[in-house]
Amino acid sequence: MESLTTWIEGLLANNDIFTLQTLSYYGEGLTTTVQLVFLSLIIGLILAVPLAIGRGSKHQWIKMPIFFYCYVFRGTPLLVQLYLIYYGVVFIEGIQDTWLWVILEKPFVPALIAFTLNTAAYTTEIFRGAIKSTARGEIEAARAYGMSWWLMMRRIVLPSAFRRALPAYGNEVIFMLHASAIASVVTIMDLTGAARFVYARFYAPFDAFLFVAAIYLCLTFSILYLFRYLEKRLLAHLKPSGQ
Amino acid sequence: MIDLHGYGPRLFEGAMITIQLGLLSLILSLVLGLLTASAKMSRSWALHRIGTLYTTIIRGVPDLVLMMLLFFGGQIGINQVTDWLYYQFDIDIFINVNEFVAGVLTIGLIFGAYMGETFRGAFMAVDNGQIEAGRAYGMSNWLVFRRIRFPQMMRHALPGLSNNWMVLLKTTALVSVIGLSDMVRVAAEASKATREPFTFMLIVAGIYLLIACVSEWGFARLQKRYDVGFGETN
Repeated sequence: MESLTTWIEGLLANNDIFTLQTLSYYGEGLTTTVQLVFLSLIIGLILAVPLAIGRGSKHQWIKMPIFFYCYVFRGTPLLVQLYLIYYGVVFIEGIQDTWLWVILEKPFVPALIAFTLNTAAYTTEIFRGAIKSTARGEIEAARAYGMSWWLMMRRIVLPSAFRRALPAYGNEVIFMLHASAIASVVTIMDLTGAARFVYARFYAPFDAFLFVAAIYLCLTFSILYLFRYLEKRLLAHLKPSGQ
Repeated sequence: MIDLHGYGPRLFEGAMITIQLGLLSLILSLVLGLLTASAKMSRSWALHRIGTLYTTIIRGVPDLVLMMLLFFGGQIGINQVTDWLYYQFDIDIFINVNEFVAGVLTIGLIFGAYMGETFRGAFMAVDNGQIEAGRAYGMSNWLVFRRIRFPQMMRHALPGLSNNWMVLLKTTALVSVIGLSDMVRVAAEASKATREPFTFMLIVAGIYLLIACVSEWGFARLQKRYDVGFGETN
């Protein structure tokens, strides 16, 4: 470890901006960004599955609120949603006296809530499309086997819908990574926040932002290749035969 | 009635800035998109490479980072160029990067990449026989583009364009971060000053939804126009 730091220090010897100190800001920023994106995607995914099923329900009172939620969260900028939750949370009556305030005080949790609600809305629409495009024959076959609605969902509809949703969901993951840059606006030190800090300190926009752009580019490509690999594995049965 | 604490006129001005910014960057992105699509489909290796590099980099980096890079870096870059002009040729000019122009340029540049992908897919969906028929009539390349490729391409491109426009509209909110007084910035200021974030943020959200609704209607009409001769039989 010691030799590694000296080696990096040697590399950075003639560099005023990229010292070990600033690189550690970027490192912490990377951790925050990955945490924020990963957590919001996981929670959003868990919320989106029941919402997507409900969105296709026959009952208006289930269908309409979910439609409204998706429409509002997909139709307004994430920044507005973030501001609404970040500034709004303070004004909930009496919240500052409860234990919740300890977590909500820091900007991380309001940002996480905003991102989660946003990605859940987009993911719901993606899944709904995938569920809707389930082949009729598969559903009829499941009925013919006497499967209950729940069993049919679990065994037939959802597994194939998840696979079909994979390419669109990959885009959503990349979109979320890029959207997470907004977190820096509410003083979170994510990757963009670190870049803004370095820019402000050294007045070196090119160094600060090009470096962070390169990190984002690497992250984007990693996600892209991960999803390409998953698609290759999970959608192998849909490929034209003879290849 | 909702009490806006006198922020009403500023909010309205902000909304106007949002709309202008959106429309101007839409035009820029459409032009850039057409150019990119042509570059990516051209036989020239260099043009193809440039087009691919542009779309890959832009689509791999967050909008906000690009915006800050171009806005904060743009001023320094321009200053360096004007300094160089002054020392070399004694030409004294001063160009100040205005937030609005920077916003239009960045958003246009970002969405040019997305539009380029949409247009490329749509151009490839036009039947080759149509283009050959145009050539057989002795039409020039430009005439083939204007009369045959463009109108038929638009039919395929419109759903994608509509989608890109909705995303673009929401991206305009980011200019508030680099200091442009669009409606999000006005609402954020008003929320802090009056301590009523719900009122102002919900109004802004409502305006975004309204613009989205109107655009949806407009795109549906355009789609109908470009679908002539292809629409469902009814």
